[in-house]
Amino acid sequence: MSAKPVSSPKPKVLMQGNVAAAEGAYRAGCRFFAGYPITPSSEIMVRTGELLKEKGGTFVQMEDEIASIGAVIGASWTGVKAMTATSGPGFSLMQECLGYAYFTETPLVLIDVQRAGPATGQATHVGQGDVMQVRYGSHGDVFPIALCPWSVQEMYDLTIAAFNLSERYRVPTFVVADEAVGHLRENVVLHDDFEIFNRNRSGAGDPFGHDAPDGVPPMPAYGDGAALLVTGSTHDSRGYRKVDDPKVHEALVTRLMRKTMDHVEEIGDVDEYMLDDAEVAFFAYGISARSALAAVNRLRAKGVRAGLLRPRVLWPFPAPQLQALGARVRSLFVPELNKGMIAGVCREYVTVPVHAINQCNGKALSPDKLVAFVEEHP
Amino acid sequence: MTRAMEPYLRGGLKGTPFCPGCGHGVLLGAVLRAVDRLKIKREDLLFVSGIGCAAWIPSPNIAADTLHTLHGRAVAFATGAKLARPELTTIVVSGDGDLTSIGGNHLIHAARRDVDLTVICANNQIYGMTGGQTASTTPIGAKTATDPTGNRWRPFDTVSLVLSAGARYAARFPVTQPGRLSAAIETALSIKGFTFVEAISPCPTQFGRRNIAGDVSKLYDAIAALCIDEEQARAMDFDTRLLHFVTGEFRP
Repeated sequence: MSAKPVSSPKPKVLMQGNVAAAEGAYRAGCRFFAGYPITPSSEIMVRTGELLKEKGGTFVQMEDEIASIGAVIGASWTGVKAMTATSGPGFSLMQECLGYAYFTETPLVLIDVQRAGPATGQATHVGQGDVMQVRYGSHGDVFPIALCPWSVQEMYDLTIAAFNLSERYRVPTFVVADEAVGHLRENVVLHDDFEIFNRNRSGAGDPFGHDAPDGVPPMPAYGDGAALLVTGSTHDSRGYRKVDDPKVHEALVTRLMRKTMDHVEEIGDVDEYMLDDAEVAFFAYGISARSALAAVNRLRAKGVRAGLLRPRVLWPFPAPQLQALGARVRSLFVPELNKGMIAGVCREYVTVPVHAINQCNGKALSPDKLVAFVEEHP
Repeated sequence: MTRAMEPYLRGGLKGTPFCPGCGHGVLLGAVLRAVDRLKIKREDLLFVSGIGCAAWIPSPNIAADTLHTLHGRAVAFATGAKLARPELTTIVVSGDGDLTSIGGNHLIHAARRDVDLTVICANNQIYGMTGGQTASTTPIGAKTATDPTGNRWRPFDTVSLVLSAGARYAARFPVTQPGRLSAAIETALSIKGFTFVEAISPCPTQFGRRNIAGDVSKLYDAIAALCIDEEQARAMDFDTRLLHFVTGEFRP
């Protein structure tokens, strides 16, 4: 489901990651943005605002992050592709509305440019502490989709992919970037030959139910004459509140889970580097995968058979690929800019030792630190 | 409500979900009559509500597009929908706690932006659905579940609040004056820009039983007696005025 270019005749341009995400959003068909300023994501709002004002679309700076995500949900139900961007504290404020978006099957894209938390933390420095919040931030059972770019190119590509996935599955989709990738400047090709997926806006079938348990219902828009009933309370397939019916709640929560989890292979997207003969492997995402890639090359130069498995889609978790890797390597190394959030998840899927390499100092991991750590844990 | 309003209601509904004596059914009728007089097509209507008893006035009752949102967020959701699809007549119907307490920031900012919304606030002066807790609109001295000896905090004057934030029109009428209430909603809907109507809608279950002895009609009599016009209000000192409802239509 990733938006991979069919061909790339366009030239490379030097661009900041956050700006590339804005370009990707517009290219994917985003025509509505509501947001609130926050470091280190604000460039996304500024550039998306410019694009929407120049080329057509709606941009509004709201009074806070709660209003921003609320406006995005309201806009999405009018049939437009809508997005917001934020960072840690703003992401926390948005969680209730994100649960609402999930439960009402509202397509939207949220780009979270992670900074070092918790609380205000280090607003201008990199962290990767939101990777569990994106998965479990809402109360109740939610199964969102989250993508992790490691380059300016992927800020562009994965933002487009996020819109496609969100429209395809009617699920809020996240681009979980980080300050380092968001503020990175490097060459990017702004491909314009992606396949673009648009939601099924037909009025055929109920908007909140489907015969197939893993099905994605059609989604008419406000003004289409569908007299839509949209509610964050438990609802039947037509949208009527059924807050006391145990069967309706069980069926709804289960269907929404299966909509994501029955499509793990279709949604999933991993990058593999030097894994064919690897004896030890890194499992890394975002800027920490850049560190790991350099570490692999340095370890290989020293004769250590190292490799890298990098999820572009972190949630749903790439369990099949990780399990296959766990059966082949001696040990796994998970470098993260947090205290071991994803390392803990990896331990659920593999029996080989999983070494967490953690750093919470607002800096990216140095490849030398990773090399030394692997050498100390043979 | 008269049979004439039935085309605006969803088929198959079995009565309203409101308690006996609740004013919200009257308000529903007032909204629909205003829409009917303006001949707004059902497919051009979007009703947005928050959480609480009043949020159930449009959802699921009205046979138009509805968005039943989170507690306090109706105006934020409505702002996005209206900006993305300006041709929809977008009406927010929600309660006093929803709009002015947890959602107060969205309310004043929508007024400041002059988003073309009509916000209808059903003010029952208390949190009804959750069991009668003090609201930001509860009068001084009124007894609630959380202030059983009487509320000590002053209530918002919602009309002054939205006017100072930039509303083009604000009105306040009780459901005991359904004709004037409906006319005010019609006026609000016909003005382009942010407009606001507060409907004083008594809650016998949570407010009445704690504060007004006797049957429901006593609560309605008490509410009606507290309704004053601007001239009467000007003759009162500030603290006395706060215990009344200043009814009428107000413009900046």
